[in-house]
Amino acid sequence: MADWRPTADWPMLERRAALLRRLRAFFDERGFLEVETPLLSADAVVDRHLDPIEAVCDGTVVEGGREPGQGGTRRFLQTSPEFALKRLMAAGGKAIYQVAHAFRRGEFGRLHNPEFTLVEWYRRGDDLAAGMRLLSDLAEALLARGPAERLTYADAFSRWAGIDPLVPDIPAWAELLRRAGVEPPASFAADDPDAWLDLILLELVEPQLGRDRPIIIYDYPVSQAALARVRPDDPRVAERFELYDRGIELANGYHELLDPAVLRERNRANNAWRVRDGKQALPEESRLLAAMEAGLPASTGVALGFDRIVMLALGAASLAEVIPFPFDRA
Amino acid sequence: MASYNTSDFKKGIKVQIDGDPYLMVECNFVKPGKGNALYKCKLKNLIRNTMLERTYKGGDSLEAADVTEIDAQYLYSQGANFVFMDNESYEQYELTKEQVDDAWKYIKEGMVCRMVLFNDNPISVTPPNHVILKIEYCEPAVRGNTATNLTKPVKLETGAEMVCPAFVDIGDLIKVDTRTNEYLERAKQ
Repeated sequence: MADWRPTADWPMLERRAALLRRLRAFFDERGFLEVETPLLSADAVVDRHLDPIEAVCDGTVVEGGREPGQGGTRRFLQTSPEFALKRLMAAGGKAIYQVAHAFRRGEFGRLHNPEFTLVEWYRRGDDLAAGMRLLSDLAEALLARGPAERLTYADAFSRWAGIDPLVPDIPAWAELLRRAGVEPPASFAADDPDAWLDLILLELVEPQLGRDRPIIIYDYPVSQAALARVRPDDPRVAERFELYDRGIELANGYHELLDPAVLRERNRANNAWRVRDGKQALPEESRLLAAMEAGLPASTGVALGFDRIVMLALGAASLAEVIPFPFDRA
Repeated sequence: MASYNTSDFKKGIKVQIDGDPYLMVECNFVKPGKGNALYKCKLKNLIRNTMLERTYKGGDSLEAADVTEIDAQYLYSQGANFVFMDNESYEQYELTKEQVDDAWKYIKEGMVCRMVLFNDNPISVTPPNHVILKIEYCEPAVRGNTATNLTKPVKLETGAEMVCPAFVDIGDLIKVDTRTNEYLERAKQ
């Protein structure tokens, strides 16, 4: 086969390695401990839109299957090291980070590769503001574009799309998209505002994010809370935040949800959506839930797409320029 | 009926939208990290040659279009229509002027073209990139001037008009690039 060569050239790989050294120095200076956790796990994040890659681990002897009928060797390549890192936090972790490969089925494009490098960290005691400050400092260290601006999700939508994302109005949102020359997919349901918000975000809001310097969007609609806690003084939003630069999403963070009952409820709801979307339901019980029952310390955690931030820091136009072997030649 | 799911979307597939055949000329996967997988596609209508931009949600599907290409020989004109023959099956197809589009400028009897069929019906025809045609009428040649920057209008044997260097004359054979509608050179044949 002719495509054995890397898509990233040597100067790019050298500069990528230098950024990884800078990232490790950043965490070392702040007393974070680098840890390694399994990429193959019996647990999976139950997210409506994240599809893990399932691995068959036949021949591995395991005492008893955790999922009756499915065998004890069913494993998922992790969509992020989130569960394992939180289990470490519940077991006494103070400030930890991991540079991990993460896997997401079906995600391949200019800004996506089904296998990519994710940097994820947690620090005990950090609230939303502290979590955003740390992320801004890291973005400054890697991108050298100054500290990140802060804007709520609602303000971003109000400023660039002229709508209130917390008050669904599908007919008006459809009209807004059509005026912008975007025909919404016929499969978008009237009872699924998040699908519409995603499209408005991609078409109208994202291109405006981080033009002059990085920006952190925070306070996401509670329907997009994922594993973030709901804001005590405004239950319409969750304490989730995202970093953008030059229109590209780089990191996602949560002031972490601690209540296992709430996570169980979200898992059920997400699986219901997955089934409705024609996707496979994922195991709702997990060792993370057991760790949460035992007590997860208050913390803020963030996952950063390392390939993407390298791409922006080095002025590359696609992930393929900073990954030696993307999926189609891996 | 065969169909393409979003996970099969890629440049080059032919799909059916509102009854028309389309060629997918671009497909970009976009997705907010925790959000819906979306596919931003550019599609070319194979009948009207217009472009369509559409966004699809992960899990959506499009019906495949039964589009094939054949070599077809132009036989003769029938009123305002053009009659072609499939070189393999000898089946004949009558195309309207609208279906033939700009190809009428370049086709003469016996010429083999590429024809696109949708559900076995012809939707377009493309002449060879280079064709040789006779000049039916033009102003007299400017003798001694071989420069190509001095031009004049000419009428070809097909009835089409185009611009040629001033040195060509009635009865000359010329080679034309059908993609750009440009004069290339004088031909001997």
